[in-house]
Amino acid sequence: MDIECSRLLPSVCAVLVDPKQFVADDTCLEKLLDWFKTVTEAESSLLVLQENPCLTELLFHVVKLQDVNSNILSFTLRLAGIFAAHENSFQYLQQGEVLLSLFSEAGPLSRPAWEDPSVRSGWIQGVGSMVQHERAVQFLCDCGAIDVIFSLQGDPSLFVASTASQLLVHILGFTMHSRRAVPLTTQDCDWPVCARMIVGHIEESLRSGTVPQITQALNVLTTLFGRCHESWTEVLWMRMNPFVGSLLEKEPLLAAHSLVDLFLSMARPQTLRTKAFNILLQPLACVLQAASQPTGSPGLLDESLNDSVITDILLSSKSSCAGLLCQTLAHLEELQPMSHLLIDWPHVPLLSAVMTILRFCSGLATPASSVGDRLCGILIGCFRVQRSALDFLGTLSQGPSPSELIRGVVEILLVYLKSPDSSPTVLKKAFQATLKWLLSLSKTSTSSDLCPQTQHFLRDLFPILQKRLCSPCWEVRDSALEFLTQLTKHWGGRAGFRQALLSSEVPELAEDLLRDPESYVRASAVTAMGQLSSRGLCSNPIGTGSKNDEKKSLFLELLEILSTDSEGFPRRAVIQVFTEWLREGHTDVSKDKEQFVTKVLQVVSCDLDWEVRVQGLELALVFLVQTLGQHETECPYAVEMSSVTQSTQLTESLQMLCHMKLFDFIFSALCDCDRPVARKSCDILLYLKAKLAHHGSLQGSGEACTESLGTQNTAWLETTLRKWKARDQGQPSEVADRGDCQEPDDVLEVLRSVDLEGLRGTLAKSSDHIEKSPQSLLQDMLATVGILEENEADCY
Amino acid sequence: MLDCGLDMTSTLNFLPLPLVQSPRLSNLPGWALKDGNTFLDKELKECSGHVFVDSVPEFCLPETELIDLSTVDVILISNYHCMMALPYITEHTGFTGTVYATEPTVQIGRLLMEELVNFIERVPKAQSASLWKNKEVQRLLPAPLKDAVEVSTWRRCYTMQEVNSALSKIQLVGYSQKIELFGAVQVTPLSSGYALGSSNWIIQSHYEKVSYVSGSSLLTTHPQPMDQTSLKNSDVLILTGLTQIPTANPDGMVGEFCSNLALTVRNGGNVLIPCYPSGVIYDLLECLYQYIDSAGLSNVPFYFISPVANSSLEFAQIFAEWLCHNKQTKVYLPEPPFPHAELIQTNKLKHYPSIHGDFSNEFKQPCVVFTGHPSLRFGDVVHFMELWGKSSLNTVIFTEPDFSYLDALAPYQPLAMKCIYCPIDTRLNFIQVSKLLKEVQPLHVVCPEQYTQPPPAQAHRMDLVIDCQPPAMSYRRAEVLALPFKRRYEKIEIMPELADSLVPLEIKPGISLATVSAVLHTKDNKHVLQSPPRPIQPPASKKRKRVSDDIPDCKLLKPLLSGSIPVDQFVQTLEKHGFSDVKVEDTAKGHIVLLQEAETLIQIEEDSTHIICDNDEMLRVRLRDLVLKFLQKF
Repeated sequence: MDIECSRLLPSVCAVLVDPKQFVADDTCLEKLLDWFKTVTEAESSLLVLQENPCLTELLFHVVKLQDVNSNILSFTLRLAGIFAAHENSFQYLQQGEVLLSLFSEAGPLSRPAWEDPSVRSGWIQGVGSMVQHERAVQFLCDCGAIDVIFSLQGDPSLFVASTASQLLVHILGFTMHSRRAVPLTTQDCDWPVCARMIVGHIEESLRSGTVPQITQALNVLTTLFGRCHESWTEVLWMRMNPFVGSLLEKEPLLAAHSLVDLFLSMARPQTLRTKAFNILLQPLACVLQAASQPTGSPGLLDESLNDSVITDILLSSKSSCAGLLCQTLAHLEELQPMSHLLIDWPHVPLLSAVMTILRFCSGLATPASSVGDRLCGILIGCFRVQRSALDFLGTLSQGPSPSELIRGVVEILLVYLKSPDSSPTVLKKAFQATLKWLLSLSKTSTSSDLCPQTQHFLRDLFPILQKRLCSPCWEVRDSALEFLTQLTKHWGGRAGFRQALLSSEVPELAEDLLRDPESYVRASAVTAMGQLSSRGLCSNPIGTGSKNDEKKSLFLELLEILSTDSEGFPRRAVIQVFTEWLREGHTDVSKDKEQFVTKVLQVVSCDLDWEVRVQGLELALVFLVQTLGQHETECPYAVEMSSVTQSTQLTESLQMLCHMKLFDFIFSALCDCDRPVARKSCDILLYLKAKLAHHGSLQGSGEACTESLGTQNTAWLETTLRKWKARDQGQPSEVADRGDCQEPDDVLEVLRSVDLEGLRGTLAKSSDHIEKSPQSLLQDMLATVGILEENEADCY
Repeated sequence: MLDCGLDMTSTLNFLPLPLVQSPRLSNLPGWALKDGNTFLDKELKECSGHVFVDSVPEFCLPETELIDLSTVDVILISNYHCMMALPYITEHTGFTGTVYATEPTVQIGRLLMEELVNFIERVPKAQSASLWKNKEVQRLLPAPLKDAVEVSTWRRCYTMQEVNSALSKIQLVGYSQKIELFGAVQVTPLSSGYALGSSNWIIQSHYEKVSYVSGSSLLTTHPQPMDQTSLKNSDVLILTGLTQIPTANPDGMVGEFCSNLALTVRNGGNVLIPCYPSGVIYDLLECLYQYIDSAGLSNVPFYFISPVANSSLEFAQIFAEWLCHNKQTKVYLPEPPFPHAELIQTNKLKHYPSIHGDFSNEFKQPCVVFTGHPSLRFGDVVHFMELWGKSSLNTVIFTEPDFSYLDALAPYQPLAMKCIYCPIDTRLNFIQVSKLLKEVQPLHVVCPEQYTQPPPAQAHRMDLVIDCQPPAMSYRRAEVLALPFKRRYEKIEIMPELADSLVPLEIKPGISLATVSAVLHTKDNKHVLQSPPRPIQPPASKKRKRVSDDIPDCKLLKPLLSGSIPVDQFVQTLEKHGFSDVKVEDTAKGHIVLLQEAETLIQIEEDSTHIICDNDEMLRVRLRDLVLKFLQKF
């Protein structure tokens, strides 16, 4: 803790315990707690307590105060918890029995302030923080705190009740974790005392027959099994199994929702995993049956497992059906990446099920029963389910699918891509799923080109893509362009794709969309055209020259967007495309890189959007790296040329960069009022400085230089830039026209003079870093109650 | 009579009427029977495997056999598409009633009729085929001619004179206007949201309400939104005119329309849109107005060719009060409510009465042409089909849902041009109907049978039926249906002076009764109670003998009795009046009081009291008076 804070702390503590002073802004207290947490984590909490006795006094004082503000009491409980989390501080506080007065049954429970939920919540949070070592657990058991937690599970405040449940899970988890070396049985005697108390309480609650208690116990178990996957939880489940089992046998079923939650959270022990997983599969099995599809072998679900409850929910109303299916599909989508962990992940039946859902939604499925009829009526045109199903269908591209099913997938995807009834969001999902399937198909293909199936798919796909690029709905045009970009990115080099693309009108349509009225579409069109051009799939060469061709070159077209588009998105997209072209060495750009970069930066330097300027700096950096080479440290084994050759090259390069006015742009960016721009510029200059220092180019030649070495700030730089400008304007016009506004020496002087490292440190801090400091917080708290001296003077 | 639509699908059986001599159509081979008999070859021609009637197209009229149309008093029109048969009814059936419709309905209906008459009259065809209509002959023909119904009733198109005469019988009405029909019912048109001036109708008496919902739309297009609230509390809701293509969502179709149009024009092809001169075309033009810039179509000319094109485009702009709110507000800016005005101003949209004249001079390709008739049997569209049909660069886009596009195209096959079917029908679909019915909650729904079962081609689509409780009552062609309500009450007005003379007597708290003696005067289904005329005192003169003839027979009225007789008290009273041997017996309906000595019986029941005594009138009167003491008189 810094000295200034230590100095202010006693006054702040005094304010807190002074009943006459009221800390109106309780966010201050939150911030204070956050700060103490950071402090105790960074340095010895015991030392902090010892060096700042005001803290212990604060705790004592609050304990003694009868009529204490509930906010302050809650704060104190949490503060005590934060310190007690560290064993030595815990002992220190124990000596004065302050913890006992705060957390035991005899503590604040009897005070009127306990009625305030914030106090009870503070108490729970204090206890929660404290449970980091055995002694704390022992203390809680001895002082009766565990019973208090039990009772708080039924607290009228839902927030308090839920935190109490979570606290029990935390304590149980901690207790068992610290005993993990000892093998465990279901016998009570094996379990630590505290765990025994909690488990006993859970068992008792499950037996109680009263819904609130059963629900509380189930909630604890749900959270526990969801969070903690250690082996002891399996033993715990063996203990709980009979109790939960008997709950299931009861008619009517008590706390049904909590039971479902419990099973869902237990996708871990195998038997439970199966049970939980089966619950997820039920709705899909029901859908498959409704369409008379065989549930598949080995089967999505055993017929006997079919649950009428699930069917009832599915059929009760449109909203519940859509809700259940969307939820199920979303859960399964989350589980898919872990499917290798699930022995019986039914990939094929799941694929059939999701395809059936999509068929139902588009009116293609033929229902086989009354359930099917109803489902058909409910699902047709249901966008929510369509979206979820398409998402899941995309996810299922990761997995082995038999070819006849793949044919079905292709068919259904084409239906959705083609259908005029697909809403823009559904269409976007359909494009995403299509991309995933196309890419997975090409992965399985052994040859370097696309398999015949994919080729066929593409032949059907491009006419659709053409139509979608002409859609009157801008969202559709946008998703179609995104799809095109992604597909080109992955397959731009494959002959089959190139052929299909070039024989369609897609490239021309995409190019036309550069002039779309909607800025998002223009931005997507820019990205798509950038990608097509990189892969040589663009109808016109980008030609950086300003020849008066009949058709404007793509470069000029994009440059025009960059300089004239009123919206930020297309301009950002253009500069990103340009950077990418430069980075990957686009053939047309490589012909005259300098001219390309000069033209682009000339436009970017005037842009009002800081993101465009940052990206412009990125382009400059790419160019610098390509000209001067990587950071020395990045390439330790690179073959080095002789230093004389290097130095000559460097000088020439600097000359060229100056000629390109690259430094104009970078230096102005350093003075930019938008911090990310200045930061990026600073990084580039540091790179340059390191590069030049390596070759000794930065050694100054006069005393003046040595004096100002690395001490100047941006204000100096701004003055210097102005001076140069004035100097250049004073020069004969032909020199000014040449554009050599700076000489390499000027650049070197700036690099030598400006404190770039210091600047980087300053720029790295957020603009409100001063306001966020703990010192400022303490001062603010004192200021609001008028303790600070200067404020007293002001008051007069 | 609710609506008066014309079935124009009959025209699909006829050969198209080309505006310019078409060698292809005029050289078609005649059709011969299987046995080689060629007696029909003048009337029937074979074209691309189909057989067509080579004659002036004819239309299928509304059912005339079921009722005598001369007895129809009133025809209510829902929208301009539902009045196309009006001249047949008003001019040829002895109809003498009144037709009610809104002003835009009449004006645009007139345009549609005018266009139809013009299309047919400008290509005069001498031949009128009738042989094939003979039932015996028709049986031998190939489908669909063989299956065409009521061909004998099919008629040629009416003349403009008949149109004018028919329209003169229409009385204009405004939304929410209450129109008394013979005092029996009141009818009110409500906005149905489907087209300019389109209406649903409320038909109500004082105690019953029937709603007629036909051709309604809940989508936000150009007309005033549908008035749903006024449909509430209906005893019966007659529902018809739902979307013909329930599986096609209009938004999606507009998207298809635009994309296909753009793709065709980009490739140098022309786009033909067979359409009516009013309705969806306004929305399409508005949509294109927003779309052409994004699709790079700014330089492509749009042509609207119809004898009524100019009037239609201008009418749309002047019916401000019948438009949706957004368009109404534009009028006050002032701006034209529809953006097609701007398209015309900037020369992007040009309209011509026909392909002859100016159009042929200014025609540039590639272009987009909107023209009629959607059946492809007459109108300028026939010319464009002949002109553009051979090139695969061109596209015909069907947007009107009234005709099967395959049937429409049949006489033009084989066809190289692309055909796109984007039916745009903004009328209610089944989901919207369900919502509407939940909202307005009629006691009963009556609808065509077709709405109660899924379409035959999509038998599993149980979502394509009307879903309501109780299930809708359905009807089929020529079926007579009794609406599920009975008229139980009539409202009778009472004249003030008569009301003044009444003396109500409270018989229960809150309920008073009074006897009324009056004359019930009924005229035009209105009932009024008037004071009875005062009896005129016979003049002193003895000359008049038959005075009583002039005075209505107003007897002195006996008072009405009410109340119940408490048996115990009654017995006490009897005893007080000297009847000593009174016995009371309880019966199922009341009591019998026996006066043994007098051999008299008094039967007291809930709604009657009888005194039975043997020829002792004195005794009866005495007893009667005792009974009356317990009852109230008024």
